[in-house]
Amino acid sequence: MKPNDVLITFPELLLWFPLLSGLVAFFLTKGNAAKRWSLWASFITVIIVAVSFLFTGKDYFHLNNVSYVWMPSIGSSFALMYDGMGRMLCLLTALAFPLAFLTTYKTTYSRPNNFYGLMLLSQAGLMGVFCAMDALVFYFFWELAIIPIYFLASQWGGEKRIQATFKFFVYTFAASLLLMIGIIYVYLHTPDNSFSIHSFIKAELPAGGEKMAFWLFLAAFAVKMPLFPFHTWQPDTYEQSAAPVTMILSGVMVKMGVFALIRWLIPVFPYATTQFTGIVIGLAVAGMVYASCIAWVQDDLKRLIAYSSIVHVGLMCAAIFGGSRSGVDGAVLQMFNHGINIIGLWMVVELIEHYYGTRKISQLGGIASSSPLLTVFLVVIALANIALPLTNAFVGEFLMFNGLFHYGKWTTAIALTTIILSAIYTLNMVQKVFYGSTNQLTASGAGMVSKQAAAALTVVVIIILLLGVYPRLILDLTKDTVDVFMNRLAGL
Amino acid sequence: MSSIILSALWGVLMMFSGIFLKKKSLAKYIALLGMFALLTVNFLEYYNIWFIHANIGEMLKFSAFGQIFNAIVFSCTLLFFLLNGEEFETIGNDVYEYYALIFFVLCGVGLAVSFNTLLMLFLGIEIITIPLYILAGSDKRNLKSNEASIKYFLMGVFSTGIMLMGIAFLYGTTGTFYIEGMNVGLNALQPMMVIGIVLIMVALAFKVSAAPFHFWVPDVYDGAPTAVTSFMATIVKVASFVAFLHLFDNAFGKMHAQWQVLITLLTAATLFIGNITAVFQQSVKRMLAYSSVAHAGFMMLALFGLNTFAREGLILYSAAYSLATIGSFAVLAKVKDYSLEGFNGLAKKAPLLALTNTVFLLSLTGIPLTAGFLAKYYMLVGAVKSGHHFWLVIFAVLMAAVSAYYYFRVIQAMYFKDGDAQVKTVSKVFRISLCITAVLIILIGIFPQLLLKGLYY
Repeated sequence: MKPNDVLITFPELLLWFPLLSGLVAFFLTKGNAAKRWSLWASFITVIIVAVSFLFTGKDYFHLNNVSYVWMPSIGSSFALMYDGMGRMLCLLTALAFPLAFLTTYKTTYSRPNNFYGLMLLSQAGLMGVFCAMDALVFYFFWELAIIPIYFLASQWGGEKRIQATFKFFVYTFAASLLLMIGIIYVYLHTPDNSFSIHSFIKAELPAGGEKMAFWLFLAAFAVKMPLFPFHTWQPDTYEQSAAPVTMILSGVMVKMGVFALIRWLIPVFPYATTQFTGIVIGLAVAGMVYASCIAWVQDDLKRLIAYSSIVHVGLMCAAIFGGSRSGVDGAVLQMFNHGINIIGLWMVVELIEHYYGTRKISQLGGIASSSPLLTVFLVVIALANIALPLTNAFVGEFLMFNGLFHYGKWTTAIALTTIILSAIYTLNMVQKVFYGSTNQLTASGAGMVSKQAAAALTVVVIIILLLGVYPRLILDLTKDTVDVFMNRLAGL
Repeated sequence: MSSIILSALWGVLMMFSGIFLKKKSLAKYIALLGMFALLTVNFLEYYNIWFIHANIGEMLKFSAFGQIFNAIVFSCTLLFFLLNGEEFETIGNDVYEYYALIFFVLCGVGLAVSFNTLLMLFLGIEIITIPLYILAGSDKRNLKSNEASIKYFLMGVFSTGIMLMGIAFLYGTTGTFYIEGMNVGLNALQPMMVIGIVLIMVALAFKVSAAPFHFWVPDVYDGAPTAVTSFMATIVKVASFVAFLHLFDNAFGKMHAQWQVLITLLTAATLFIGNITAVFQQSVKRMLAYSSVAHAGFMMLALFGLNTFAREGLILYSAAYSLATIGSFAVLAKVKDYSLEGFNGLAKKAPLLALTNTVFLLSLTGIPLTAGFLAKYYMLVGAVKSGHHFWLVIFAVLMAAVSAYYYFRVIQAMYFKDGDAQVKTVSKVFRISLCITAVLIILIGIFPQLLLKGLYY
């Protein structure tokens, strides 16, 4: 329990604020009211996270941890913790929403109150996932984050959105249910019949049971990441959803899977992890190469980015399972970087689609001459996507490959080919879309980037360069989580 | 005890008031009054204030479990009356009789959840089903309703016969009707007894519509008037389940390992057939009928697990499933076209109906924050804890994922598809009751102790 002098803790604040502001947004039916309200609400969330960074360390334990009795009869408590990795991912979640709202500020969605209300609800769900310290609470939020996204992606977006979203939903729902069985299984083996993560780590599972529970957990996380071959929902969903939804899905929601590996899967099943490391890394690396090749031949910008995202997430997964300090550090850092970079890419795509009415690479060309500002932004973000030095992704990928190298030379060599492939498809895209001769479509399109979108892109570019030069900002932040994680692995 | 007597008396009262009161619309007020009285009596008995002390020779035993379950049944029936009051008046002229029959069913429910001898079990189950034969055919001029009634009757008496035969076998072996006397354990197990147990299991599987004894369900549920279907699919079904669990827990609990295999097969078949067939339905009413078979499969997990979690889970499941299904049927009754296309664009026409129906469907799917999730969760914990046949648990959750498919198709139709759904006019009482039902579902979904704490009073 928290002492009386603490009014509210940071994780609670980050949970309730978006939730309540989202509920309010549903009632703002007049014109732009919901849009403005949500933008300001999401700014305030960023400020809350920023303030929370001033209160780290043991002295402020009570501000960052909270636990309420919730279902005492089955040993579940509403426990939230705000540690380094949680902090970083909450920052990413907090940043993603205003960026998404700013980019689409000129776009008008039908029934804006529902749209923005659901967006903020999904933000609350994500915050809950990243802070939960109780398996049942974690599962609650894990599912709840999906429900608003389901409604968002089904109502706003491309023509085939309903089928695509449905596929996505059934996929993740089935996998989540398997996770639930896994949670129940571990719960029944905990020493004190509790859902707390500490009891989960102490649970004494029979070897066979641990292996089975490992796969039950991994099923849910693999679908969410997505890990090859569970990725088939992803390109369709990204392609069909509205831009802000895609940004949240790929920028933040995908991180739920990676995050869950570090927070739940590996600490709870260290023995099974050592048994199956080879299989998981094999799948991840195979998926990377496979997705790179597919990205190469895509004509649709959104699909290209979707496949490129599978490559990056696959690398994070492989690095985490590689189990060396540098790999895990890199993966944690890259979670943030990838979130920022891919949101930046979606912004550019959204702007292109907004101004030129298409996102087919074959129909675009020569945008650089009509919209130089957009080109500058895109080139920086694209370079970050292929992890060029001085961009944020370079540090992360370097650390990850370094870590993976300790696991296996040949695996790393195969994985490294994806860097070359990513350079090919990304630069190919930049060249065909932005350079070359203009055609009718691109010459006629008005290339002005709105003030709001320009501001959002500037923020993205600043973060890319800042973390490219000084990655310790994130690495120091998440040091405590990675320390705990490595100790758990070492203690085996 | 007093709730059993009171419900029977109130049924008689309803019938007589039908003779003296000519106005149809008065019936629902008398029925509501009766429900309040039943709830109060049950509540007082829960706190050990008894009105009637009858020497019934231990034939009935009253426990906190039974009283909590009764409270759920009465509350759900209350909401059912509030939601379907107008619906009853459109079925036919004998509104008072319909209510009277429902009160008789409640009397049977009271017997079926607190029986201590097989005799009382038989009486309870019969008192539940006989009024339902009439109710299923209450839409007299509708051929489908007649068909439903006759089908239900034929199947019902058939299973009753089987049950009687099973009881006879058990009595022949053990020489007693009292269920404690039957819990002899493995050593005294005789072939005759095995036959008896299997026969009773089959008969009860008929009543709770577990596959492969579910064939009557789709036609009966589809043909009967929607209000009646909603009652049959919820309160009657969960009451039969509680009787099922009570009997197999207390009378044959020591032989659990022996009959668990049979229950496993029944459960798997029920889950599979219920869910897979529901996917192909074009009519929402038929879909809900198959969905009730699917949920029967989940409730069977209580018998499969047979531990504290399973018992608590059945209480939660009864509440969650009944509330959501009653609500969903009530919305269905207000939509003019029962096909899936009939729901297209409902969100624009009637936002409240669509929103509450979404809550009901999410609860039936088992999404967190709704009662349906915790109900499923308890069932699964009970099943995993039993330690056998782990594959059944995995199979059950995969089938739950299939159920998302057909429930979400309705949500899709309501929210994402264009169309003009035709809706009947809805009264204020209906709206408020619908909201109460939805709020209750979410409340139980967050604080299940509200219900479960009562078990350990």
